[in-house]
Amino acid sequence: MIANYGYKDGSGEYYISIDTDNCIDCAAGRACLTACPKEMFEIITDDYDDEVACVKKNFTRTLAFDCADCKPAGGYTTLPCISACTPGAIKHSW
Amino acid sequence: MITAGIDMGSRSIKVVLLEEIKVDGAPQLKYAVKKAHVMLPGEMDADEAAEKAYDEALKAAGVTRDDIKAVFVTGAGRSQVKFATEGVTEMTAGARGANYMFPQVRTVVDVGAEEGRGVKVDADGKAIDFAGNEKCAAGAGSFAEAMSRALQMSLKEFGEASLRSDKTIPMNAQCTVFAESEVVSLIHASTPSQDIAKAVLDAVASRICAMVRRVGIEESVALIGGMAHSVGFVASLKKALDVQDVLLPEMPESISALGCALIAAERQQ
Ligand code: SF4
Ligand code: SF4
Repeated sequence: MIANYGYKDGSGEYYISIDTDNCIDCAAGRACLTACPKEMFEIITDDYDDEVACVKKNFTRTLAFDCADCKPAGGYTTLPCISACTPGAIKHSW
Repeated sequence: MITAGIDMGSRSIKVVLLEEIKVDGAPQLKYAVKKAHVMLPGEMDADEAAEKAYDEALKAAGVTRDDIKAVFVTGAGRSQVKFATEGVTEMTAGARGANYMFPQVRTVVDVGAEEGRGVKVDADGKAIDFAGNEKCAAGAGSFAEAMSRALQMSLKEFGEASLRSDKTIPMNAQCTVFAESEVVSLIHASTPSQDIAKAVLDAVASRICAMVRRVGIEESVALIGGMAHSVGFVASLKKALDVQDVLLPEMPESISALGCALIAAERQQ
């Protein structure tokens, strides 16, 4: 399943999507958990009894603010979460 | 076998009891909804309210708790229902329920009181992609309801009024508070109520549409949740999504509870 966490507001659209099929047999050793300096990811058991990553609920309304340190003004090339997740499950919409 | 599905919404509780019946000569099992939903105001303790709604549904169906094989629960308050066998997310429950009503459905739009979401569904009724809006209540039913109250109309009248308007008044505010002040300005400017109703429902539909576009709009599209009762909202959504049709199930507010009861039955086999 592709799970989109986030929101759209007057300033833009801020979603982190996780393709959770990659998480079932995570080839990156759950690297998302430690790579994110804000510890925004956690592992949950989904409705099909698979253990997959998700964005913690308390971050889903404030992503633009929470990820700002990783995305300094003037652009960025890599994000810790995306680099760590070698299966390529994580995408950012902004 | 009878299973129960409960949807603990933010404003109401929906209970569906589902009876499995073997049809003579048919290779597959069929299901019959034994009794529909019970709605309660959400002001009491969630577990107590769920117990009450569940008991009322059992009583109306003429069965007892012992007759129920499993109780699955979904919705924002699902963790508070202590007597449930298992919980499932709103995406999974809504997808399964919509797929049961309309097997051809590939996109489910779920708009309840406080939340709206788009879910992409496969042919088996499994949710394969979803997006909601965690921040903005202006994309949900309670906003439309508050605006209808400001015009002294029921939500039903509000929807009907919007169909009488041919005006497109854009509402730019993304946040409920600012959107409300835009509506107040329209009222002060003596804008006809049907034009305000259409502006509000168009705005809700546009916010929902932005979420649905994240998962991709694939027909057929079904609308579930309480806002499916608003004819004006359905018209606005159809236009915003630019689709030929939006399928509307019977008892749209109970489709997630139905999905829960179906998943409960499937997991007993
Ligand atoms: S998000 Fe990436 S790193 Fe984290 S569990 Fe899923 S596949 Fe593994
Ligand atoms: S961009 Fe930074 S803060 Fe945001 S999820 Fe990725 S690692 Fe965490």
